[in-house]
Parts: sequence; structure tokens; C-alpha cells
Amino acid sequence: MTLIVPVLTMIALLIGAAAAEPTPATPDCDVAESLLSSEIDLARVTNEIKDRHRLDISVVGSGSSTLPGPDGARFAYPARLEAVLRERLPGNEIKVTAHVQLRQTTAEMASGMQAMLAEDKPALVIWQAGTVDALRGIELDDFRASLETGIEAVGAGSADAIVMNMQYSPRTESMLGVEAYADVMHWAAQQRGVVLFDRLAIMRSWSDSGTFDLYAATKDYAMARRVHECIGRALASQIINAAHLDAGKMQTTR
Amino acid sequence: MTKASPPPATSSERDLRLDLFRGLALWLIFLDHIPQNIVNWFTIRNYGFSDATEIFIFISGYTGAFVYGRTMRERGFLLSSARILRRAWQIYVAHIFLFTIFMAEIAYVAATFDNPLYAEEMKILDFLKQPDVTIFQALLLKFKPVNMDVLPLYIVLLLLFPPMLYVLLRRPNLALAGSALLYALVWKLDFNLPAYPNGVWFFNPFAWQLLFVFGAWCALGGAERLAEVLRSRIVLAVAIAYLIFAFAITLTWHFESLERFVPAWLSDWMYPIDKTNLDVLRFAHFLALAAVAIYFLPSDWPGLKSPILRPAIVCGQHSLEIFCLGVFLAFAGQFIIAESSGGPLLQAAISLLGILLMIATAKLISWYKAIEGRSTPTRVKQRDADLAGGEA
Repeated sequence: MTLIVPVLTMIALLIGAAAAEPTPATPDCDVAESLLSSEIDLARVTNEIKDRHRLDISVVGSGSSTLPGPDGARFAYPARLEAVLRERLPGNEIKVTAHVQLRQTTAEMASGMQAMLAEDKPALVIWQAGTVDALRGIELDDFRASLETGIEAVGAGSADAIVMNMQYSPRTESMLGVEAYADVMHWAAQQRGVVLFDRLAIMRSWSDSGTFDLYAATKDYAMARRVHECIGRALASQIINAAHLDAGKMQTTR
Repeated sequence: MTKASPPPATSSERDLRLDLFRGLALWLIFLDHIPQNIVNWFTIRNYGFSDATEIFIFISGYTGAFVYGRTMRERGFLLSSARILRRAWQIYVAHIFLFTIFMAEIAYVAATFDNPLYAEEMKILDFLKQPDVTIFQALLLKFKPVNMDVLPLYIVLLLLFPPMLYVLLRRPNLALAGSALLYALVWKLDFNLPAYPNGVWFFNPFAWQLLFVFGAWCALGGAERLAEVLRSRIVLAVAIAYLIFAFAITLTWHFESLERFVPAWLSDWMYPIDKTNLDVLRFAHFLALAAVAIYFLPSDWPGLKSPILRPAIVCGQHSLEIFCLGVFLAFAGQFIIAESSGGPLLQAAISLLGILLMIATAKLISWYKAIEGRSTPTRVKQRDADLAGGEA
């Protein structure tokens, strides 16, 4: 009994310390700072905003970069990212172009990268990859080589790159092994000095904290849309952090 | 591996350390197979390059040589080969049994789970649309669900084992050199067995055979030759230094802010650490672990007889049964976690319950084998051969 009071005090202090961090405006999908901080700068993005007050972003990805249905793209994270960035970077012209094709492997996306860069001339490429490769059981070496080819192409097009890994999908986790592919993406991003948007860890943290019940079986689109909204927000935060566009409010989720 | 154990050919005194570490490895494999299990944080793969698979394969090679080496010496090549192949067949049947359970789980998820968020991931269930191909590929060991790669590896290693054992018994160093050469050729020429629908085996048997053959080599007298080396304090210091280095590197995987302390030349050289082809860093990490374990745990260490370690030892003595049970329990555990939407407390409870079930089953098997051995005296000799140094 005598121990309970100091222990409770400790816990209260710990919770208090955690709560003392700047509270985001949308507490429903908070992301730990460590998941959105980056050692790597998005220098091109910084310059675009500073010099030209505009930011052209291209998203390259497969099925998990959109939502099913005719208006799926409208609620998917690329569109949400555009909306959030416009809100958070007022006075700048923001454009997000999504190149999403279902069932595209990383190799296929890498080979299309140059043409995409020539057409869009983006300052930043967000490249979502890995899920289809895991589905098809692409060899890890080949996967890594494709990633590096694509990242090099983006660099040669003098754009910044963010690599985005898979969704956290607990219900298919025992059937679809994404972990090894996620490791390759982590290393490749680190080696090539590009930012990794760790969607896997972020969604896992939402699942662990009860923000979203990702085990839920549902035909309803509401949760899927909220998840994409939150991914768009987290992505916007990471861009703003890595490009140092929001010095006052660095590394908050919103 | 052993420092003080007598030559295996002349004694049937079992080295309990093998059973202990194999039992622990089986627990760790079980824990690692429940994805995102909170208890995973305690398994060794988070503290270094190698994981329980290395321990399991090495000890399997060691006990395999121990048991079948004696048969080959006493009863000849033909009979021992037949026994090895029978073992491979048992493992094959066990693997197919586990595959059936896996299919049942998949079919259930396909029938009950739907979520527009995961439209892409659900494509993994597409193979249910062509069961003819899938099941056939599974029977060929080409289609292997996640986390079901160890038994197929073990099967191939056993299929290759009779000729290898033949050479090991006559020219052990030549056999080990041949094994190392094959390993080197894998790295040079990059060959592996094909998988379905794409790619190659997750554990390349041509690379992982090195660990298996090394275990066998140790069992057939290699351990005695290494004993002097393993007693050296310099070797111990190097091993400990390497383990600390590996630990420091794994820390940078979990705490991204630490990554900048890894110099670029080092990560360029080091990554990727290839599990498929048994990266040298992993192999070295296993060797360092083994060296430290042997140094501090002599085979006559009295603690090995203590009741505290007994549960792990019993599990290690029935490795195939307990391994399969572990895979099954991991499936079942995932299923329960998924159906009740997770939670760290539930994960911990399931992990603990799983290990308790593994221990209870191992004790039951021990009891049954003992009873059976007593009631049929003609089988006693056979039973002893099987149990010497644990099952192969």
C-alpha cells in the first residue's frame, strides 16, 4: 500500500511529461515525433517554396495509394496531402499529381520514373512501393536494385525523394510477409540518402494505441478514408519537417 | 561445440546443453512467428545479427551426425541413409500438415475479412482461386507461406546428408571444406532453389548447409579439436567484442536517431545483411554466441540438471514435434489476437500460454516414450539410439 502512492505519482509525472508536448489540432491520429523526424533534408523543396512559392509533388504508387471506387482517389492520401499542404503553407501554390497503377511492381515503377519526371518536373517525388513486390514474392535483391534505380532516376531529375513503405495490415500479416521488404526499403533509403516515410510503423502505432481498429472487417469506406486523411497529414508534417518550412512548429503532426 | 564432452562415438552421454539451447531456440522461433508480438522484444534477433534459426540448424546438424553417424559406423551406409530419409519424410509430412492448417486460416480470412483499406493486400488471397496450382506447388515445396520456410530447409539438408555424412566420417575436414566451398560458390554465383509464384527459397539450402555441416563436423570430433581454441581468452574477448558490436548495430535499427553514428563506409559494406544466403555477419554472430555459451557453460555444469532449465531441455529433446506445435500455436495465437483486435496484454498471455503448452506436450511425449520403451523391451535399443543427444 505504501508503494502505491509513489508509483502512481511516477506514472502521473510520466503522463504529464508526455502531455506537455505540443498538442496537435487533430488528436485522433497523432504520430510520434520520432516517426516523422528525418536526418535528411528536402533541399529542393525548401528552395522551391522560398524562391518560387510553389511545390509540385508527384506520387508514384500502387493500389494502397488510392481507395477503391470511382471517387476513391478523391479521398486517398495524395489528394489529402495536397489539401493539407495548401492549408499549412498558405501563399504557396501546391500541386500533387498522383500516378497510381494497381499491381505495379517496383521494377515497373522504376522504369517509368524518367518519363514521369520529364512530364511532371516535380520538386518532390513520393514513391510508395513494396506491397506488390511482397505479393508477387519478388526476390529481395531485385527489389533493392529496382528501388535504387528509381531513386537514382529521381536524383538525376534533380527532385527530392520520399520513399513510402507498406501499410500495416495485421489481418494479412501472417500470409503476406512485408517485413523483409520493409527492411530493404529502410536500408535503400538510408544508403541513398532519401527520406523514408514509415507508413508501416505509423499505422502500427495507430493500431497499438487504438486510434484505428485495423483488424476490423467492414465494407464501409469511412475508416479507410480517415486512415488516408491521417496519412496525408502525417506526410505533410514529414515534408514540412524535412524541408524546414515550419520552424516554429517543427515536428508536430499538424 | 563441446569442450568437455567425451568423443561421441564412444559414449552415449548426452550433452544437455544441446537440448537446452534447441529448446530455447524453439521458444524463440514460436515467439518470432507471432508478428508484432510484444514479447518479441525479448528474442535474440533484436540484439544481434543471428536469430534462433541459426541455433536450430546448427544443433540439428550436430545431433543428426551424432545419431546417424553412429548408425552409419555400426550398421553401414544403406541403413543409416534409410533412417535419414525416413526422418526427412516425417518432416515433409509435418510440413504438409502445417500447410493444411495455414490454408484453413487463409480460407477463413478470405470468407470473413473485408476492408476497402486493404484492397491491395487482400490480393494475397487470390491463390485460393486456383487451389490446383497452389496445393501442387506446396507439395513440391515451392509454395511456402510466410514463416513456413524452416522445415523445407531441414528436409533438403537431410536429403543431402547421407553422402555428406559418409565423407564426414572419413575425412571430416575435407567435408567441411567442401561445405564451405559450396557456400562460397553460392555467394559467387548466386544460385538457389526456385519458389512459387516468384523468386527463390527464403532460406537458401546451399548456403545454410554450411551451418548444418559445421554442426555435424563438431559432433564428429571437431569440437574436441576446437576445444583448445575455445578456452582461449583472446577468442572469448573477440567473440564478446563482436557481440557488442552487433548489439550496437541492431540498436540503430530500432532507434533511427542513432543511425548517424554508423559510418557510411561501414553501412555500405555491411548492408544488406542477407538472411537468405546466411550472411557471413550472421554466421560469425552465431559462432561468437556459441563460443561465449561454451566458455561459460561447460557440459558438466550442474545447473543443467536443475529443474528450472528442465522445461527447455525437454522441449529441445522433441524438436520436430515441438517445432510443429510452435508453428501451429503461432497460427492459433495470431488468429486469437486478430479476432479480438490485439492488445499487448493478450499478446503476452498468448506467448506464455503457448510456451506452457509446448512444455506440457514435450513432457507428455517423454512420458509416453518412456512407457512405451519399458513395455516393449525389444525397442529399447532403438529408443536409446534415437535419444542419444536428442532427436536428429
